[in-house]
Amino acid sequence: MVVLAQLQDREDVHLQSHIDGAPILSLKGISKSFPGVKALSGVDLDLYPGEVTALVGENGAGKSTIVKILTGIYQPEEGTITVSGEPLNFPTAQDAGKAGVTAIHQETVLFDELTVAENIFIGHAPRGRFGLIDKKTLRRRAKELLDRIGAQIDPDVTLKDLGIANKHLVAIARALSIDAKIVIMDEPTASLSYKEIEETYELVERLKAEGKAILFISHKFDEIFRIADRYTVFRDGEKVGAGKIADVNEQSLVKMMVGRAVDQVFPNRAPDLGEEVLKVVGYSHPTEFEDIGFSLRAGEILGFYGLVGAGRSEFMQALFGITKPSKGAIRIDGKVAVVRSPNEAIHRGIVYVPEDRGKQGAIKGLPIFQNVTLASLSQTSRKGFLKLAQEFEMAREYTQRLDLRAAALDQDIGELSGGNQQKVVIAKWLATKPRVIILDEPTKGIDIGSKAAVHEFMAELAAQGLAVIMVSSEIPEVLGMSDRVIVMREGRIVAEYEGEALTPESLVRAAAGIEEARA
Amino acid sequence: MTVTSLDPQTLGRVLPNRLKSPVRRFLTSWELLLLVVAVMVFITNSFASPYFLDPWNLSDATFNFTEKAMIAFAMGLLIISGEIDLSVASIIALASTAMGAAVQMGADTPTLVLVGLTVGLLCGAFNGFLVTGMGLPSIVVTIGTMSLFRGISYIVLGDKAYTGYPSDFAFFGQGYVGWVISFEMVLFAALAVIFAILLHATNFGRMVYAIGNNPVGSLFSGIRVPRVKFTLFLLTGLMSGVAAICLTSRLGATRPSIAFGWELEVVTMVVLGGVNILGGSGSIPGVVIAAFVMGMVTFGFGLLNVPGIVMSIFIGLLLILVIALPRLVGRYLARRKA
Ligand SMILES: Nc1ncnc2c1ncn2[C@@H]1O[C@H](COP(=O)(O)OP(=O)(O)OP(=O)(O)O)[C@@H](O)[C@H]1O
Ligand SMILES: [Mg+2]
Repeated sequence: MVVLAQLQDREDVHLQSHIDGAPILSLKGISKSFPGVKALSGVDLDLYPGEVTALVGENGAGKSTIVKILTGIYQPEEGTITVSGEPLNFPTAQDAGKAGVTAIHQETVLFDELTVAENIFIGHAPRGRFGLIDKKTLRRRAKELLDRIGAQIDPDVTLKDLGIANKHLVAIARALSIDAKIVIMDEPTASLSYKEIEETYELVERLKAEGKAILFISHKFDEIFRIADRYTVFRDGEKVGAGKIADVNEQSLVKMMVGRAVDQVFPNRAPDLGEEVLKVVGYSHPTEFEDIGFSLRAGEILGFYGLVGAGRSEFMQALFGITKPSKGAIRIDGKVAVVRSPNEAIHRGIVYVPEDRGKQGAIKGLPIFQNVTLASLSQTSRKGFLKLAQEFEMAREYTQRLDLRAAALDQDIGELSGGNQQKVVIAKWLATKPRVIILDEPTKGIDIGSKAAVHEFMAELAAQGLAVIMVSSEIPEVLGMSDRVIVMREGRIVAEYEGEALTPESLVRAAAGIEEARA
Repeated sequence: MTVTSLDPQTLGRVLPNRLKSPVRRFLTSWELLLLVVAVMVFITNSFASPYFLDPWNLSDATFNFTEKAMIAFAMGLLIISGEIDLSVASIIALASTAMGAAVQMGADTPTLVLVGLTVGLLCGAFNGFLVTGMGLPSIVVTIGTMSLFRGISYIVLGDKAYTGYPSDFAFFGQGYVGWVISFEMVLFAALAVIFAILLHATNFGRMVYAIGNNPVGSLFSGIRVPRVKFTLFLLTGLMSGVAAICLTSRLGATRPSIAFGWELEVVTMVVLGGVNILGGSGSIPGVVIAAFVMGMVTFGFGLLNVPGIVMSIFIGLLLILVIALPRLVGRYLARRKA
């Protein structure tokens, strides 16, 4: 009874504040510096119960930094945090959890060797007798959480056996395993395809209905306008705007964010297709993909669309020599080629920009310029000896084109914001001057302005005769950039579209298996 | 639809090469701190004993570290790449035993050198194969081969010793190039330069750092990770062979207990030199200074008649300290920021 009354009480308080429109969490004048950059200077941010606040800004604007401050990972140099009217500070992550804040971070911090269930409950596992971890309850609750977000993942599998999208879903489940009043999501949909994205939106709606205050960080404007109630805009570490989403449109939001108007078109291309450079015949793998075959011509941009688990990345990695196919052959320039390692692939002119930036893309611990030149050392060196001046020159050229935001070229790539790390990874592969470039979710986490730069770059390379394969789960990107699109489902090619037949509906239906047609 | 058109004024910013000048970087480096320590040890030693500053004594002092340092250079690269070789001292034992056996069969000095280097290379290749070919963790593999290699020496020699090395063989460990400059000192300096260039100025060195920081990402970047690691094991084996030649020549005899416990001193030297035990960072100049520091401390203890067991306690404490220190400093800085 007492408990019930307390609950009632809490509910009242909550309703009260909702009516008053008082924020449940309020940041005032927060500042945070790193060597060479002021990541945040005196920013304010308010979150309201039962409402979604979208936080937008360019790569490096300070969005993730504020998330880390709210979760006790970083300490601000100035400013105050107020939760439900009470001033607080979060010296550790535990304190933030106790104050009712939970977060899905941009770079998920999970443990590869543990099971999914253990990852979800690490640090707060249900305990049985003698304080031992209660495995059965652990499994059951993990399953419940995974079901709640609509993820079909076995709680007993080891995390390292999951693809990046499923890892991300585990991170979401982990955040929700803490009963929190404030839920922060830092680009939660960046690794997901539309099916999981829809489920994420539903989840947000449910959390909203439960009265949680949600901070939602995203570079995708369609989703911001779909699920957010309020917005806050950061630019170069300062708050430049906030208000109700109903009062703004995409243009005005972009203008606040970038500081100038942006007209929105994909590069105008007149594809001039050359000879066939790559032909794949009957590529198969025991578990991941089956009988993949297509041909690719110079100057062409070929899109690969599909849902999470369709086997696109797995196939691309086999093409790049990471995994061995069980059957099949490839021809490069009409000649049969065997690719047994990434090194051989690169020598044959095939490069792969991986999807998993943190593990496969960025070499954290090495400076930006060394990351850019790592796959092209033969170009920037003489007889095996490094030429630093040439390395800096190459790095400067590419980082400038991609509008990298960093303090200096010798800065550790691990210190960059997520989107800026992605730019460095793309630069690394563009610098190799390949013949065939495979881009796996190339603009993941990249802001609207830089996305244009990447697309422009891709179009320019294609115009110079490079063949491009682009794996993307973003339909506008697939439609806007590709000359032709192959759709994969459950490890097989189920459809191929070009020209008129290439529509959002056709892609989604083929990917979901509603219609199987090879146009 | 998304996305902008690019006009020239939106072209990105031009980034400077460096945030800190190399000079400022050096002023906050581990190497400088070590250099200060080295000077302090030097001064302490010269006060502790009137004999220390004598050129011949100083020259003698270098033998305390030159042989270990040769291995430490290769070990430094190996640890930066994220692997380790604990069998180095046992490789010395095996290489020395092989040379001793060759002497019994009447081998001349060039043959002995060849035998020493070959055994070192073979041992390195064996470690490298088990790690890169079979995918076993190097710490486990080399603890195993540590027992294996020395075990073979014990079987061959029992409690006997090989002696009777040719007189010109003595040059490697006892010879002087001029005045007080020993051959070992010259070899140490030459190897320091070679390894510094290899690690800091070549593509190979860059790959070593990349692998140590992110082996998966390195593979995806086209680096032949297993081949690089195998090469590093070979190099470490080879340098153990070189050290075996110098040490055997200096002692003039081979016992199976030769160089016992050196692997710890070599690893300590590497870590004291600022190489991260978890891989990814470190420098050869750091290892060079660490070699001087450890050599002079050992010599100082010798001058003060400190017993050997104290010395090994000291090495153990030093190893724990230099591994713990970066973390303690990091934690302190984090707390101060809060
Ligand atoms: N540990 C760090 N050391 C140095 N600089 C850092 C560190 N963390 C962040 N920064 C810098 O702070 C700034 C803000 O980074 P933050 O990660 O908050 O950006 P973001 O808005 O999340 O960008 P993105 O959209 O790319 O994720 C960037 O300039 C970044 O380089
Ligand atoms: Mg971020």
